[in-house]
Amino acid sequence: MINLQLPISEAAIRELKMGDEVLISGLMVTARDAAHKYIHENWPDWLKPVMEDSMIYHCGPVVKQHEDGSWSFVAAGPTTSIREEPYEAAVMEYYKVRAVIGKGGMGAKTLEGLAKSGGVYLHAIGGLAASLAKSVVKVHDVYMLDELGVPEAFWHIEVKDFPAVVTMDSHGGSLHKAIKAKSDEVAKKLISE
Amino acid sequence: MFQYDEKVLKDQLLELIRLAATDLPKDVVESIQAAQQNEDEDSAARSVFGMILKNIELARVESTPICQDTGTNIYLVHIPEGVGMRKLTALIHEATAEAVDKSYLRPNAVDSLTGKNSGNNIGEGQPFIHFEEWDNDYIEFKLMLKGGGCENVSTQYKLPDVGLGAGRDLDGVYKVIVDAVNQAQGLGCAPGILGIGVGGDRSTSHLTAKSQLFRKMTDTNPNSDLAKMESKLLADLNELGVGPMGFGGKTTILGVKMGTMHRLPASFFVSISYMCWAYRRHSMILNVKGEVTYD
Ligand code: SF4
Repeated sequence: MINLQLPISEAAIRELKMGDEVLISGLMVTARDAAHKYIHENWPDWLKPVMEDSMIYHCGPVVKQHEDGSWSFVAAGPTTSIREEPYEAAVMEYYKVRAVIGKGGMGAKTLEGLAKSGGVYLHAIGGLAASLAKSVVKVHDVYMLDELGVPEAFWHIEVKDFPAVVTMDSHGGSLHKAIKAKSDEVAKKLISE
Repeated sequence: MFQYDEKVLKDQLLELIRLAATDLPKDVVESIQAAQQNEDEDSAARSVFGMILKNIELARVESTPICQDTGTNIYLVHIPEGVGMRKLTALIHEATAEAVDKSYLRPNAVDSLTGKNSGNNIGEGQPFIHFEEWDNDYIEFKLMLKGGGCENVSTQYKLPDVGLGAGRDLDGVYKVIVDAVNQAQGLGCAPGILGIGVGGDRSTSHLTAKSQLFRKMTDTNPNSDLAKMESKLLADLNELGVGPMGFGGKTTILGVKMGTMHRLPASFFVSISYMCWAYRRHSMILNVKGEVTYD
């Protein structure tokens, strides 16, 4: 188990290899479909300090607002990442984002981008609603809540020991590809027997 | 004539929903525990199972949903002769809306044309309720929550399948199931439990597949050919090495449950209903005295 403290350097991220298990702590930001589209159309400067040497979490949370106006995450599981494939490599390079966290993995364009700009894809565990919400210890801020709505807004959150597995690294390694290649072979054998 | 107190039954149904959403059944938990023990020390698979088990325990203790996707709510209700279905449907709806208020369920019913969420988890075909009459003098409500991620990797084949070399026999059935699980990889939140429907038409085939998922993990298929095929598939599919979440490992599938239906001479469907590890189902029996027992 490797502890990753955010912000994190490019050099530290490049040390990670597919299959590594990590626990993430520090400040990161959620962004999903509408947020990615917005970035791609506007490239806002205000996101720079939020994203640089940090991570993007593909998550549409369920949140609760308290009486003093502060927020907390009630459910915080990962959403499917492949929908951001058209945007992600460019976003990561422009804002120096060191990792995206989501589920299901991403495609060739992102894998290439990870190698070029120094990043990894981290796979969170689907279905862990109760425990992942607990690892979001604080909601620091939320951006564009009115424009994008709760699940799509940029939630700037602090996590503690958030578990994930490196499934795509900055050396061209993809656990998804490796596992599929092996299982394809086994399936072929089973089917032809 | 079977009688019950409506208000009381609505609360009893609410408790059934709470159990289904927050308390993973014992047979499923035990099978996940056994799978964890079977994975190598220090493997990602083993620690993923550890986190899954922790999450299950947390959800049970805090009475919060195990997974935020509380899925399609599928009811199978057995009633003695003469019990009205419309009243029971209305009570299930009432309990469902209340379960959303209490955050046991997420509002999960979206109008397919307008995209509007109904807000209370009730809509056309949601919850899905199937009634059957039986000879017993009590009512049984079975409830299963089936999430979208695993439903999306569920699939249906038509035999023969030339590409896979799958003919119209049990061997052909075997081949398409291997293919389906290989295609699914970890995307349905593996490890999965498979409900298989062989035969029927397009829709009854899927229905057969889904209803298999009401069986206990530990039961044995009464048909010896299917029983043999279930254990063969379970062993072989775990050779695929997909592992929990697709991270690799010895556990790709936790169980295989098969059922058949007569088919038309012209068609041969095989339906595969993939259930994720968050395999949420419970049942409730209501006797003539108004007492309930949950399982
Ligand atoms: S597939 Fe199952 S565990 Fe995964 S997100 Fe959907 S309901 Fe949850």
